[in-house]
Amino acid sequence: MPSSIQLTESGRLKHFLTVSGLDKILLTEILDTADSFIEVGQRNIKKVPLLRGKTVVNLFFEASTRTRSTFELAAKRLSADVLNINIDTSAASKGESLSDMLRNLEAMASDMFVVRHSQSGAAHFIAESVTPGVAIVNAGDGWHAHPTQAMLDMLTIRQNKGAFEGLKVAIIGDILHSRVARSQIRALNTLGVEAVRVIAPNTLLPRHVESLGVTVFNDLASGLRDIDVVIMLRLQKERMHGALLPSEHEYYQLYGLTREKLRFAKPDAIVMHPGPINRGVEIESEVADGSQSVILDQVTNGIAIRMAVMSMAMSGQTELKNALAESAL
Amino acid sequence: MTIEIINGKMLTPKGEWTNFKSIHIANGLIVGINRQGEKFDAHTTINARGCYVVPGLIDLQVSLPEPGYQVKGTVESETLAAAAGGVTVLCCSPDTDPINDSEAVTKLIEELAGRSNHCHVLPLGALTRGLKGEHLSEYAALKDAGCIALSNGYHPIKNLAITKRCFEYAKTHDLSVFVNPIEPSLHLGAIHESHISTTIGLQAIPSLAETIPVAQLIKLAEATDVHLHLSQLSAADSVSQVREAKAKGLNISADVAIHNLLYTSQQIESFDSLYHCMPPLRSESDRLALLDGVRTGVIDAITSAHQPHEDAAKKMPFAETEPGISGIEHLIPMAVKMSDNNELPLACFFEAMTSRAAHVVKLDTPIIETGRAANLCIFDLSKKWRLSEEDMLSKGKNSPLMGQKIKGHVVTTIYEGRISYMADHA
Repeated sequence: MPSSIQLTESGRLKHFLTVSGLDKILLTEILDTADSFIEVGQRNIKKVPLLRGKTVVNLFFEASTRTRSTFELAAKRLSADVLNINIDTSAASKGESLSDMLRNLEAMASDMFVVRHSQSGAAHFIAESVTPGVAIVNAGDGWHAHPTQAMLDMLTIRQNKGAFEGLKVAIIGDILHSRVARSQIRALNTLGVEAVRVIAPNTLLPRHVESLGVTVFNDLASGLRDIDVVIMLRLQKERMHGALLPSEHEYYQLYGLTREKLRFAKPDAIVMHPGPINRGVEIESEVADGSQSVILDQVTNGIAIRMAVMSMAMSGQTELKNALAESAL
Repeated sequence: MTIEIINGKMLTPKGEWTNFKSIHIANGLIVGINRQGEKFDAHTTINARGCYVVPGLIDLQVSLPEPGYQVKGTVESETLAAAAGGVTVLCCSPDTDPINDSEAVTKLIEELAGRSNHCHVLPLGALTRGLKGEHLSEYAALKDAGCIALSNGYHPIKNLAITKRCFEYAKTHDLSVFVNPIEPSLHLGAIHESHISTTIGLQAIPSLAETIPVAQLIKLAEATDVHLHLSQLSAADSVSQVREAKAKGLNISADVAIHNLLYTSQQIESFDSLYHCMPPLRSESDRLALLDGVRTGVIDAITSAHQPHEDAAKKMPFAETEPGISGIEHLIPMAVKMSDNNELPLACFFEAMTSRAAHVVKLDTPIIETGRAANLCIFDLSKKWRLSEEDMLSKGKNSPLMGQKIKGHVVTTIYEGRISYMADHA
């Protein structure tokens, strides 16, 4: 089970790979811990010593600006030493397998890998391969999971709505290829929202999507009715190939969030987007920058959430190490 | 060499278990069963007390990685593994390097197999040159060199006109065609399309990637009158289609890989690459339909679909790992598991891996009878053991049974009257 690989025997986080298998108490603990770190970002000296002397390696096999920078900032605010490694998978990795690369990095006494990879399950694979004592944080793997993004979204929702109970949330766009949506759906259901809806054409929905605990809408207007939280997903331009969509224009007509369409949701609904935004493709500029948008809050919260999971996973690993040392005595 | 097996249970030609006092083997043949009075001078006596004796298994789908992929296994290592699994006859697929599309490669495989001499290796020749799906390979030459049938391995032919001509030309030479039904445009992922693929976000292969080509291939076989053998069915609807085709009297047979009878895509929830197979493990309803297909004879044969891999081939993120299971050594423990679960009677498993498999490749029905070739497997039904890498003779340790406690154990395999495998403790 996914949960056993990322939790210690006492139920504490030792890796953070997926939201799947984590219960409401643990997710709430992550949110509460993140809340306590928000204050750090407002200080003059934005540092706490929780990860002092630890080495965090940002291992990015896929390009990313925002996620990598917020992980880097989060690690630095925790006083860790940070090494950024960007690996162009097309050019690099020739000859050297992922396992060999990890072994080399481990030999440099790294304490944590923050991993982004284009393959689903890459973070699981790495967590299974590394020696005990090294924590893995998933910064996005294929279409599988992007758990820190989901948790920063949950923090943003909680800040704006107070609680999860009774909320109706709609996720709009390319669910099929979205690791963000998969993690959000899992987190929202675990935290106890009333309903999660997905709104998309059938070509952008995975088969049996209902099994994730969502209701499917093909139509934006009916899907947005009574909605408290609107989450837009980024539409990749390459989705026009392979007959998934006819054109950006038709997509925007049907699923683009405009001021006019936002009126179908509750008047106090908030609008979220994991970024980067395609203005005029999935969202109108006036909505992205409007009063209901909390998109920039999401970015700010990203640092606090990443500080929370990094410090929690590291303390889980320390607990493991201490237990090992004790049993050796 | 003369061998005497004493005091076991054997499978009769009628498919029943019966006790025997002795089976005598000389000059590669069974020369007597329960012979009384006459003195038999045996070089080796095998006490089969508590064990079962069945005809040697016939495995229709095995990847022998030599020539070309000796890092995964050699003819020597994998045929020895086959013997350890109770197999005495196997068909090897043509996807070697170079591909088996010429008599030179066929003869090389036969020579290697002959040198090892652990079991009878029947090469399948390439249906198209280089398995590229463009040109016919030389069927007459392949047949003369010893290819028992033709196959396109795991390489689908994209062009139906070419498939039709392959079938026509195969029929001309009275050769069977083995086809793994795969529609490449739908076969882009690494896992069955289901709630599991949706949950873990892996690109998925719908059953349609198999059931559409099954329909097309059956039509082409009907039109060309060739004997079509559908290899490694995985979807319930494929079983229905084969059932209908057989009811119409078409010359069609089919097999299933044993792991598709045991596992489903549920096993992949935590990205365990040992369960990455091609075709993929599908849903529980597919698995049950495949089991029903075997029980009712719609699916003729069970195979190991043995694919040994080096460690590194399975140590990557799931979709990048190579598909396949190293399973030929553990056919019997897997069969015992299905029998213990009341899903497939043991006698039916042995039928599918002996007489029914023999029928597909037009070999004599293997039965335990005086005068027949002495190809036998002796196994212990109740022995429980934990599988470790050191236990495996295959070079590929990619078995999902690794580290697990399993039940059933091959004690001795006899191939053409010689002991081709004997367990250490036997």
